[in-house]
Amino acid sequence: MLTTTQALAIIAVLAIGTAITRFLPFILFPTAESAPRFVHYLGKMLPTAAISLLVIYSFRDIELTAAPHGLPEVISVAAVAGLHIWRKNTLLSIGVGTALYMLLVQFIF
Amino acid sequence: MGRLSGAFRAAFPHTIPVLTGFIFFGTAYGILMSSRGFGWHWILLTSSVVFAGALQFVGISLLTAVFDPVYAFVIALSLNARHLFYGISMLEKLSGTGKVKPYLIFAMCDETFSILCSAEPPENVDKRAFMFAVAALNQSYWIIGGVIGGLIGPLLTFNTYGIDFVMTAFFVVIFINQWRANKNHAPALIGLGASAIALLIFGADNFIIPAMILIVVCLTLFRKRLGKEPKQC
Repeated sequence: MLTTTQALAIIAVLAIGTAITRFLPFILFPTAESAPRFVHYLGKMLPTAAISLLVIYSFRDIELTAAPHGLPEVISVAAVAGLHIWRKNTLLSIGVGTALYMLLVQFIF
Repeated sequence: MGRLSGAFRAAFPHTIPVLTGFIFFGTAYGILMSSRGFGWHWILLTSSVVFAGALQFVGISLLTAVFDPVYAFVIALSLNARHLFYGISMLEKLSGTGKVKPYLIFAMCDETFSILCSAEPPENVDKRAFMFAVAALNQSYWIIGGVIGGLIGPLLTFNTYGIDFVMTAFFVVIFINQWRANKNHAPALIGLGASAIALLIFGADNFIIPAMILIVVCLTLFRKRLGKEPKQC
Protein backbone atom coordinates (compact mmCIF):
# COMPACT_ATOMS: atom_id res chain seq x y z
CA MET A 1 0.00 0.00 0.00
CA LEU A 2 1.31 3.44 -0.92
CA THR A 3 1.68 6.30 1.52
CA THR A 4 -0.54 9.35 0.96
CA THR A 5 2.38 11.28 -0.54
CA GLN A 6 3.23 8.42 -2.90
CA ALA A 7 -0.41 8.13 -3.99
CA LEU A 8 -0.53 11.87 -4.66
CA ALA A 9 2.70 11.59 -6.66
CA ILE A 10 1.23 8.79 -8.81
CA ILE A 11 -1.91 10.86 -9.45
CA ALA A 12 0.23 13.88 -10.40
CA VAL A 13 2.25 11.72 -12.82
CA LEU A 14 -0.95 10.35 -14.40
CA ALA A 15 -2.32 13.90 -14.75
CA ILE A 16 0.89 15.23 -16.33
CA GLY A 17 1.24 12.25 -18.68
CA THR A 18 -2.37 12.64 -19.82
CA ALA A 19 -1.99 16.40 -20.30
CA ILE A 20 1.10 15.84 -22.47
CA THR A 21 -0.86 13.55 -24.82
CA ARG A 22 -3.64 16.14 -25.08
CA PHE A 23 -1.57 19.31 -25.49
CA LEU A 24 1.31 18.05 -27.63
CA PRO A 25 -0.41 18.29 -31.06
CA PHE A 26 -1.40 21.90 -30.33
CA ILE A 27 2.15 22.77 -29.26
CA LEU A 28 3.70 21.08 -32.31
CA PHE A 29 1.16 22.54 -34.76
CA PRO A 30 -0.07 25.93 -33.48
CA THR A 31 -2.28 26.34 -36.54
CA ALA A 32 -4.11 23.63 -38.46
CA GLU A 33 -2.36 24.70 -41.67
CA SER A 34 1.06 24.09 -40.14
CA ALA A 35 0.40 20.34 -39.86
CA PRO A 36 1.61 18.30 -42.85
CA ARG A 37 -0.94 16.36 -44.90
CA PHE A 38 0.38 13.08 -43.53
CA VAL A 39 -0.53 14.27 -40.01
CA HIS A 40 -4.08 15.06 -41.17
CA TYR A 41 -4.27 11.58 -42.70
CA LEU A 42 -3.19 10.02 -39.40
CA GLY A 43 -5.69 12.24 -37.58
CA LYS A 44 -8.45 10.68 -39.67
CA MET A 45 -7.34 7.05 -39.39
CA LEU A 46 -5.90 6.72 -35.91
CA PRO A 47 -8.95 7.28 -33.67
CA THR A 48 -10.57 4.18 -35.19
CA ALA A 49 -7.41 2.10 -34.88
CA ALA A 50 -6.98 3.31 -31.29
CA ILE A 51 -10.33 1.81 -30.25
CA SER A 52 -9.21 -1.53 -31.70
CA LEU A 53 -6.07 -1.26 -29.58
CA LEU A 54 -8.20 -0.66 -26.48
CA VAL A 55 -10.32 -3.73 -27.28
CA ILE A 56 -7.18 -5.89 -27.47
CA TYR A 57 -5.84 -4.13 -24.38
CA SER A 58 -8.82 -5.21 -22.32
CA PHE A 59 -8.14 -8.86 -23.21
CA ARG A 60 -4.41 -8.72 -22.42
CA ASP A 61 -4.55 -10.73 -19.19
CA ILE A 62 -6.56 -13.70 -20.45
CA GLU A 63 -4.79 -17.05 -20.00
CA LEU A 64 -5.84 -19.17 -22.98
CA THR A 65 -3.79 -22.16 -21.87
CA ALA A 66 -5.18 -22.41 -18.32
CA ALA A 67 -8.76 -23.00 -17.15
CA PRO A 68 -11.21 -21.39 -17.78
CA HIS A 69 -9.39 -20.54 -21.07
CA GLY A 70 -10.94 -17.08 -21.34
CA LEU A 71 -14.42 -18.56 -21.59
CA PRO A 72 -16.12 -16.00 -19.29
CA GLU A 73 -14.65 -13.19 -21.42
CA VAL A 74 -15.56 -14.81 -24.75
CA ILE A 75 -19.13 -15.55 -23.64
CA SER A 76 -19.67 -12.09 -22.18
CA VAL A 77 -18.16 -10.24 -25.15
CA ALA A 78 -20.34 -12.31 -27.50
CA ALA A 79 -23.36 -11.27 -25.41
CA VAL A 80 -22.33 -7.59 -25.52
CA ALA A 81 -21.72 -7.67 -29.28
CA GLY A 82 -24.87 -9.66 -30.06
CA LEU A 83 -27.07 -7.47 -27.91
CA HIS A 84 -25.54 -4.30 -29.30
CA ILE A 85 -25.92 -5.34 -32.94
CA TRP A 86 -29.53 -6.35 -32.20
CA ARG A 87 -30.80 -3.50 -29.97
CA LYS A 88 -28.19 -0.71 -30.52
CA ASN A 89 -28.64 0.36 -26.89
CA THR A 90 -25.23 1.15 -25.39
CA LEU A 91 -26.21 0.99 -21.73
CA LEU A 92 -28.26 -2.18 -22.17
CA SER A 93 -25.37 -3.95 -23.94
CA ILE A 94 -22.82 -2.89 -21.33
CA GLY A 95 -25.09 -3.45 -18.32
CA VAL A 96 -26.21 -6.95 -19.32
CA GLY A 97 -22.71 -7.96 -20.46
CA THR A 98 -21.09 -6.85 -17.22
CA ALA A 99 -23.76 -8.49 -15.06
CA LEU A 100 -23.34 -11.73 -17.05
CA TYR A 101 -19.56 -11.60 -16.63
CA MET A 102 -19.87 -11.05 -12.88
CA LEU A 103 -22.24 -14.03 -12.59
CA LEU A 104 -19.89 -16.22 -14.66
CA VAL A 105 -16.70 -15.43 -12.72
CA GLN A 106 -18.37 -15.50 -9.32
CA PHE A 107 -20.58 -18.58 -9.58
CA ILE A 108 -19.70 -20.74 -12.60
CA PHE A 109 -15.98 -20.59 -13.42
CA MET B 1 -23.65 35.14 -18.08
CA GLY B 2 -26.79 34.88 -20.21
CA ARG B 3 -24.62 33.88 -23.15
CA LEU B 4 -23.06 31.06 -21.18
CA SER B 5 -26.33 29.71 -19.79
CA GLY B 6 -27.75 29.70 -23.33
CA ALA B 7 -24.76 27.65 -24.42
CA PHE B 8 -25.31 25.15 -21.59
CA ARG B 9 -28.98 24.83 -22.54
CA ALA B 10 -28.02 24.18 -26.18
CA ALA B 11 -25.26 21.73 -25.21
CA PHE B 12 -27.18 19.67 -22.67
CA PRO B 13 -29.30 17.54 -25.09
CA HIS B 14 -26.12 16.47 -26.91
CA THR B 15 -24.60 15.25 -23.66
CA ILE B 16 -27.52 13.13 -22.39
CA PRO B 17 -26.02 9.81 -23.63
CA VAL B 18 -22.78 10.78 -21.90
CA LEU B 19 -24.70 11.71 -18.76
CA THR B 20 -26.09 8.19 -18.42
CA GLY B 21 -22.83 6.53 -19.46
CA PHE B 22 -20.58 8.59 -17.21
CA ILE B 23 -22.82 8.30 -14.16
CA PHE B 24 -22.78 4.52 -14.76
CA PHE B 25 -19.01 4.19 -15.40
CA GLY B 26 -18.14 6.89 -12.90
CA THR B 27 -20.07 5.03 -10.23
CA ALA B 28 -18.33 1.76 -11.17
CA TYR B 29 -14.98 3.57 -10.92
CA GLY B 30 -15.93 5.07 -7.56
CA ILE B 31 -16.99 1.67 -6.21
CA LEU B 32 -13.69 0.12 -7.36
CA MET B 33 -11.63 2.95 -5.88
CA SER B 34 -13.42 2.79 -2.56
CA SER B 35 -13.05 -1.01 -2.47
CA ARG B 36 -9.25 -0.43 -2.55
CA GLY B 37 -9.39 2.13 0.25
CA PHE B 38 -9.60 5.35 -1.78
CA GLY B 39 -12.62 7.35 -0.63
CA TRP B 40 -14.68 9.99 -2.44
CA HIS B 41 -12.16 12.81 -1.99
CA TRP B 42 -9.51 10.76 -3.85
CA ILE B 43 -12.02 10.16 -6.63
CA LEU B 44 -12.86 13.86 -6.77
CA LEU B 45 -9.14 14.55 -7.17
CA THR B 46 -8.36 11.96 -9.91
CA SER B 47 -11.51 12.71 -11.93
CA SER B 48 -10.75 16.45 -11.78
CA VAL B 49 -7.04 16.45 -12.66
CA VAL B 50 -6.53 13.24 -14.71
CA PHE B 51 -9.97 12.92 -16.36
CA ALA B 52 -9.18 9.92 -18.55
CA GLY B 53 -11.53 7.00 -17.94
CA ALA B 54 -9.45 4.04 -19.09
CA LEU B 55 -6.30 5.35 -17.39
CA GLN B 56 -8.16 6.02 -14.16
CA PHE B 57 -9.33 2.38 -14.08
CA VAL B 58 -5.80 1.16 -14.77
CA GLY B 59 -4.55 3.74 -12.26
CA ILE B 60 -6.31 1.89 -9.45
CA SER B 61 -3.83 -0.95 -9.80
CA LEU B 62 -0.94 1.57 -9.96
CA LEU B 63 -2.19 3.07 -6.69
CA THR B 64 -2.32 -0.31 -4.98
CA ALA B 65 0.94 -1.83 -6.30
CA VAL B 66 4.57 -1.02 -5.51
CA PHE B 67 5.38 2.71 -5.88
CA ASP B 68 6.64 3.13 -9.45
CA PRO B 69 6.07 6.62 -10.90
CA VAL B 70 8.14 5.95 -14.05
CA TYR B 71 5.99 2.95 -14.99
CA ALA B 72 2.87 5.04 -14.19
CA PHE B 73 4.14 7.76 -16.54
CA VAL B 74 4.77 5.28 -19.37
CA ILE B 75 1.30 3.79 -18.88
CA ALA B 76 -0.29 7.26 -18.89
CA LEU B 77 1.49 8.18 -22.14
CA SER B 78 0.83 4.92 -23.94
CA LEU B 79 -2.76 4.40 -22.85
CA ASN B 80 -3.63 8.00 -23.74
CA ALA B 81 -1.57 8.26 -26.90
CA ARG B 82 -4.84 8.16 -28.82
CA HIS B 83 -5.37 11.74 -27.57
CA LEU B 84 -2.55 12.74 -29.91
CA PHE B 85 -4.80 11.56 -32.72
CA TYR B 86 -7.79 13.46 -31.36
CA GLY B 87 -5.67 16.58 -31.03
CA ILE B 88 -4.51 16.30 -34.63
CA SER B 89 -8.14 15.88 -35.74
CA MET B 90 -9.18 18.93 -33.68
CA LEU B 91 -6.43 21.38 -34.71
CA GLU B 92 -8.76 23.23 -37.05
CA LYS B 93 -11.90 23.13 -34.94
CA LEU B 94 -10.22 24.54 -31.85
CA SER B 95 -8.33 27.33 -33.57
CA GLY B 96 -9.69 30.70 -32.49
CA THR B 97 -11.36 29.43 -29.31
CA GLY B 98 -9.32 31.87 -27.22
CA LYS B 99 -9.56 31.71 -23.46
CA VAL B 100 -11.41 28.38 -23.30
CA LYS B 101 -8.92 26.60 -25.58
CA PRO B 102 -6.67 25.27 -22.78
CA TYR B 103 -9.67 23.76 -20.98
CA LEU B 104 -11.07 22.27 -24.21
CA ILE B 105 -7.72 20.59 -24.88
CA PHE B 106 -7.41 19.38 -21.28
CA ALA B 107 -10.93 17.95 -21.18
CA MET B 108 -10.97 16.29 -24.65
CA CYS B 109 -12.07 12.79 -23.62
CA ASP B 110 -13.34 10.22 -26.17
CA GLU B 111 -16.97 11.26 -25.65
CA THR B 112 -16.41 15.04 -25.81
CA PHE B 113 -14.32 14.46 -28.92
CA SER B 114 -17.08 12.54 -30.66
CA ILE B 115 -19.76 15.14 -29.74
CA LEU B 116 -17.62 18.08 -30.88
CA CYS B 117 -16.87 16.22 -34.13
CA SER B 118 -20.51 16.21 -35.17
CA ALA B 119 -22.63 18.64 -33.11
CA GLU B 120 -23.09 22.25 -34.20
CA PRO B 121 -24.62 24.92 -31.91
CA PRO B 122 -27.79 26.79 -32.95
CA GLU B 123 -27.11 30.10 -34.72
CA ASN B 124 -27.80 32.35 -31.74
CA VAL B 125 -25.34 30.44 -29.52
CA ASP B 126 -21.66 31.31 -29.36
CA LYS B 127 -19.59 28.42 -30.71
CA ARG B 128 -16.82 28.74 -28.13
CA ALA B 129 -19.29 28.82 -25.23
CA PHE B 130 -21.09 25.80 -26.71
CA MET B 131 -17.90 23.73 -26.96
CA PHE B 132 -16.92 24.73 -23.44
CA ALA B 133 -20.37 23.73 -22.15
CA VAL B 134 -20.15 20.27 -23.78
CA ALA B 135 -16.71 19.63 -22.26
CA ALA B 136 -17.61 20.97 -18.82
CA LEU B 137 -20.93 19.08 -18.62
CA ASN B 138 -19.24 15.81 -19.57
CA GLN B 139 -16.49 16.22 -17.00
CA SER B 140 -19.00 17.14 -14.29
CA TYR B 141 -20.97 13.92 -15.00
CA TRP B 142 -17.80 11.89 -14.64
CA ILE B 143 -16.87 13.57 -11.35
CA ILE B 144 -20.39 13.27 -9.92
CA GLY B 145 -20.66 9.58 -10.90
CA GLY B 146 -17.30 8.83 -9.29
CA VAL B 147 -18.16 10.58 -6.05
CA ILE B 148 -21.52 8.76 -5.91
CA GLY B 149 -19.66 5.46 -6.36
CA GLY B 150 -17.19 6.40 -3.65
CA LEU B 151 -20.01 7.20 -1.26
CA ILE B 152 -22.17 4.12 -1.91
CA GLY B 153 -19.27 1.68 -2.44
CA PRO B 154 -18.67 0.99 1.25
CA LEU B 155 -22.42 0.38 1.71
CA LEU B 156 -22.67 -2.31 -0.98
CA THR B 157 -23.13 -5.79 0.37
CA PHE B 158 -22.91 -7.74 -2.90
CA ASN B 159 -19.68 -9.08 -4.35
CA THR B 160 -18.38 -6.62 -6.97
CA TYR B 161 -15.72 -9.03 -8.35
CA GLY B 162 -15.72 -8.83 -12.14
CA ILE B 163 -17.24 -5.33 -12.33
CA ASP B 164 -14.12 -4.12 -14.18
CA PHE B 165 -15.50 -5.95 -17.24
CA VAL B 166 -17.54 -2.75 -17.70
CA MET B 167 -14.53 -1.22 -19.49
CA THR B 168 -14.14 -4.17 -21.86
CA ALA B 169 -17.84 -4.00 -22.70
CA PHE B 170 -17.54 -0.25 -23.25
CA PHE B 171 -14.68 -0.61 -25.74
CA VAL B 172 -16.48 -3.40 -27.59
CA VAL B 173 -19.59 -1.21 -27.93
CA ILE B 174 -17.56 1.78 -29.21
CA PHE B 175 -15.81 -0.57 -31.65
CA ILE B 176 -19.18 -1.75 -33.04
CA ASN B 177 -20.49 1.84 -33.26
CA GLN B 178 -17.43 2.89 -35.23
CA TRP B 179 -17.67 -0.18 -37.46
CA ARG B 180 -21.24 0.87 -38.32
CA ALA B 181 -20.34 4.53 -38.87
CA ASN B 182 -17.38 3.89 -41.20
CA LYS B 183 -17.50 2.29 -44.62
CA ASN B 184 -13.77 1.76 -44.59
CA HIS B 185 -12.92 -0.94 -42.04
CA ALA B 186 -9.19 -1.00 -42.80
CA PRO B 187 -8.08 1.18 -39.83
CA ALA B 188 -10.19 -0.87 -37.40
CA LEU B 189 -8.78 -4.14 -38.78
CA ILE B 190 -5.21 -2.81 -38.82
CA GLY B 191 -5.71 -1.77 -35.21
CA LEU B 192 -6.92 -5.22 -34.19
CA GLY B 193 -4.26 -7.12 -36.13
CA ALA B 194 -1.31 -4.96 -35.16
CA SER B 195 -2.31 -4.93 -31.49
CA ALA B 196 -2.84 -8.70 -31.39
CA ILE B 197 0.56 -9.32 -33.02
CA ALA B 198 2.26 -6.91 -30.59
CA LEU B 199 0.53 -8.60 -27.65
CA LEU B 200 1.74 -12.05 -28.77
CA ILE B 201 5.32 -10.86 -29.25
CA PHE B 202 5.80 -8.42 -26.36
CA GLY B 203 3.38 -9.76 -23.75
CA ALA B 204 0.64 -8.10 -21.71
CA ASP B 205 2.81 -5.56 -19.87
CA ASN B 206 4.83 -4.08 -22.74
CA PHE B 207 2.78 -4.29 -25.91
CA ILE B 208 1.02 -0.92 -26.14
CA ILE B 209 3.84 1.19 -27.56
CA PRO B 210 4.99 -1.49 -30.05
CA ALA B 211 1.34 -1.87 -31.08
CA MET B 212 1.03 1.87 -31.74
CA ILE B 213 4.25 1.93 -33.76
CA LEU B 214 3.05 -1.06 -35.78
CA ILE B 215 -0.31 0.65 -36.41
CA VAL B 216 1.37 3.83 -37.67
CA VAL B 217 3.73 1.78 -39.86
CA CYS B 218 0.83 -0.17 -41.38
CA LEU B 219 -1.21 3.01 -41.99
CA THR B 220 1.84 4.56 -43.65
CA LEU B 221 2.45 1.54 -45.88
CA PHE B 222 -1.17 1.27 -46.93
CA ARG B 223 -1.78 5.01 -47.33
CA LYS B 224 -2.16 4.83 -51.11
CA ARG B 225 -4.38 1.74 -51.00
CA LEU B 226 -6.67 2.83 -48.18
CA GLY B 227 -8.77 4.83 -50.61
CA LYS B 228 -11.75 6.35 -48.86
CA GLU B 229 -10.82 7.49 -45.41
CA PRO B 230 -13.28 6.95 -42.54
CA LYS B 231 -15.52 9.86 -41.69
CA GLN B 232 -14.16 11.81 -38.78
CA CYS B 233 -14.25 15.53 -37.96
